[in-house]
Amino acid sequence: MKNQVGREIPDELLKQYGKKVFSGSFARSEDTYQKAGPCVHNYIDPTRSKMVSSIHEALVKCKIHDGMVLSFHHHFRDGDKIVNMVMEEVAKMGIKDITICASSLGSAHDPVAELIEEGVVTGIQTSGVRGKIGEAISHGKLKNPAIIRSHGGRVRAIEEGDVHIDIAFIGAPTSDEYGNARGVGGKSDCGVLSYAMVDAKYADRVVVVTDCMVPFPNYPASISMTDVDYVCKVDCIGDPNKIVSNAVRMTKDVRELNMAHYCTQLIAESPYFKDGFSFQTGAGGASLAVNTMLRPIMEEKNIHMSFAIGGITKPICDLLEAGLVRNIVDAQDFDLGSIESLKNDANHYEISTSAYANPMNKGAFVNRLDFVILGALEVDVNFNVNVVTGSNGVLRGAPGGHPDTAAGSKCSIIVAPLIRGRIPTVCDQVVTVVTPGEDVDIVVTDYGIAINPKRQDLIEAYKNSHLPFCTIEELRDKAYAIVGTPEQVQFKDKVVGILEARDGSILDVVREVKPFEFKD
Amino acid sequence: MDIKKSAIAGTLESSDAQVTVEPGNGKIDFSLDSTVIHQFGNQIRAAVLETLKRLGVSNVKITVVDRGALDCTLKARVECAVFRANDQTDNLPWGGAIK
Amino acid sequence: MRNPNLKRLRRTMMFLNCQKPGLIKDPYIYKPDSIMLDLEDAVAENQKDSARYSLYHALKEIDYRGVERVVRINGLETPHWQEDVRVCVAGGADVIRISKTETAEDVHRVEAAVEAAEKEFEVPVGHTLLMAALESAKGVRNAYEICNSSERLFGIALSGGDYSKDLQTVITGTGVEFAGARQSMIIAARAAGKQCFDTVFTNLDDMEGFAKEVLMIKQMGFDGKSIINPRQIETVHRIFTPSEKEIIFAEKVVREIEEKRAKGIGVFTVDGKMIDIAFYDGSKRILSLAKAAGVYEGEL
Repeated sequence: MKNQVGREIPDELLKQYGKKVFSGSFARSEDTYQKAGPCVHNYIDPTRSKMVSSIHEALVKCKIHDGMVLSFHHHFRDGDKIVNMVMEEVAKMGIKDITICASSLGSAHDPVAELIEEGVVTGIQTSGVRGKIGEAISHGKLKNPAIIRSHGGRVRAIEEGDVHIDIAFIGAPTSDEYGNARGVGGKSDCGVLSYAMVDAKYADRVVVVTDCMVPFPNYPASISMTDVDYVCKVDCIGDPNKIVSNAVRMTKDVRELNMAHYCTQLIAESPYFKDGFSFQTGAGGASLAVNTMLRPIMEEKNIHMSFAIGGITKPICDLLEAGLVRNIVDAQDFDLGSIESLKNDANHYEISTSAYANPMNKGAFVNRLDFVILGALEVDVNFNVNVVTGSNGVLRGAPGGHPDTAAGSKCSIIVAPLIRGRIPTVCDQVVTVVTPGEDVDIVVTDYGIAINPKRQDLIEAYKNSHLPFCTIEELRDKAYAIVGTPEQVQFKDKVVGILEARDGSILDVVREVKPFEFKD
Repeated sequence: MDIKKSAIAGTLESSDAQVTVEPGNGKIDFSLDSTVIHQFGNQIRAAVLETLKRLGVSNVKITVVDRGALDCTLKARVECAVFRANDQTDNLPWGGAIK
Repeated sequence: MRNPNLKRLRRTMMFLNCQKPGLIKDPYIYKPDSIMLDLEDAVAENQKDSARYSLYHALKEIDYRGVERVVRINGLETPHWQEDVRVCVAGGADVIRISKTETAEDVHRVEAAVEAAEKEFEVPVGHTLLMAALESAKGVRNAYEICNSSERLFGIALSGGDYSKDLQTVITGTGVEFAGARQSMIIAARAAGKQCFDTVFTNLDDMEGFAKEVLMIKQMGFDGKSIINPRQIETVHRIFTPSEKEIIFAEKVVREIEEKRAKGIGVFTVDGKMIDIAFYDGSKRILSLAKAAGVYEGEL
């Protein structure tokens, strides 16, 4: 069946997963649901200890068996050791058919690709599919199609019961012996534990894994002891140098600076730029530079941000310190500066991923966002965005908060160079739809800026602007004029991945890659 | 033109292509390794074959390792390799066989 | 027939290595006034042939959106320059930059080769302009003769690296080693009615020092500067573009002079400054510079 973004979704898939096709970002506005819930093992007996001496012991106590769903968070990013540690033990114990439900997976988790080949892992539900895991999935090695969700979509899926977590492993920089866990105070701080909060509330068993035990009570706790079954101390939860960077560097590239300048002007000239506005940027390149460029304009016009959100980096924390930003709501920290700010600034708050982006709760922060600046691997002439599939058809990215912030914000801005090497960013049809065009408002490239025709209000607002506006078709044509007209990547028939929209409907499918064949 | 010996032109840097020509076995033996093969594989082959035709080369073993080169760079590298295989470095037919 | 491009706006001339395909795809995006595609020092000795093919196709197939295409050919003492001239003309290059120009005779030799190539490749004779890079004491001494050597030659440029070595000194960062060359060259160029361009500034991290140098050469009368990185473009264009204040004043001066001339008045004041007919050309020049830079849309 064709969905609202024109993608063909196999009917068998819809039947097998009991899913609907994507019918618009707010199609479920009138829906209600009963929340799912965990099976709780109590600790009424105060003499019982939660401490276990090893991952193995934790798995045995949690009664690990074939077919279970294990969950993990990705606050340790490329420095994470938890997933590999647990899965290595699971494999050693001869367990098979595990589904990993992670908030994201990256190249730190390459060893999982082998477990996929061996049948230890037969299901993956995640935002990120980077590295060897993405390759393994794209080459058809995973038994069941991977389910790819945004950050908000993952929370929804857990709360609505689409996925039931058997055991949640929560890596924590610090924990006390009763399971109060925090993202700070240890040997490899990550700042917040936002992604893990829903796991703690909905998994049947919750295991906190830490390399730094601290005295009870480890308060204020990000993860509460009231939700934790076991606490396991290990030697090392992650590599601190890869968890957060020392400092996120400002770009010097002229093209990126020009695009950042365009974004800054778009924000400053928009009707939403007034005292109390809100803003989310990414962690690098052009989008990071916008933080710095906005500052003098905010100072000159005495405009303050009511809140900044994300993905937090030091430049935004500097704005908080200067009083230009009133609050930071933090769902992930990218550098040491932001962790310091979290610890010391009373207006820098940790929030759950649900509060950040869950589409089906009673209103998340993304709904209150004015501006968001996002990247893209590809954007098509219908403004659909792909951030997941590479130009060779292999899975290599992550939706993250992209679909969530695009849907919730008043003005979503995509920033990307028009061409990368010989690959045009703006094209006729993206390989995979990750964020539907109806949620994408403006596309900024080094060759010009296109506003989504659905936003006549924005087109009207910028009519006296000197920015280089053009249509999205003109951007595509400029790209094709330089690199030539690209052919579409060809795939085999087998579906290896499902792109779930925020509301649980199916946005697109990813198929197995096919080696290239010349036309003869 | 004949290919009397092997010659190589171009680099493996991003946006470039490395072209190797060797004496052929009676026909054009073309092989391609490209980072953008799905999108432009057919176009790259067409540009290379068309350039060989214009140069009058019909007997060659040509290997292209492409890193996202545009057509103008592909043509330049093929021409360079072919003329090097003929030890010709000046009085080149600009605007004629080289177009 | 006088080539209309002789006096075009040339505030920035951005060096580009022909052998780096990633860089020559779309350099106009940075909006320099001219691009200099290099066949000389940026290209290794054994890759001179390869660079020519890249150059030819780059000239013929890439859209430069009106940015002037200058090609720096190899020196006259090398075996490469004649084939360089052929490929430049065949490719339709706008300007050929002659390296290490020392005498008017050097220019004549290149001009002869260019004319022969224009005839061979059916390019309108006179289409290809020339500029001379002065890189030695001898070249700077002969600046005036070089400027007058050819109608095609629109200007001279200082090439500081080789020049300072020829003087047997080093680049100091104070500019003292270039003082003589800069003064001689701007005097020679203006006396011959030609343009004059300054040498590159290689420290990309010292934007403050760069801006100081650009301001100094502008005040000396230079028309523009060679640059090595897109990051430097904004500074040069900003300093070389007349400010709003300068434009408004220039407009007033031009209007007042024309009005007063009709009344037979030769000297008067504008905004407290004493103005006479000598200010007319300068003010007109400011307005046409502003127009070319896109910041003035008036009719004066």
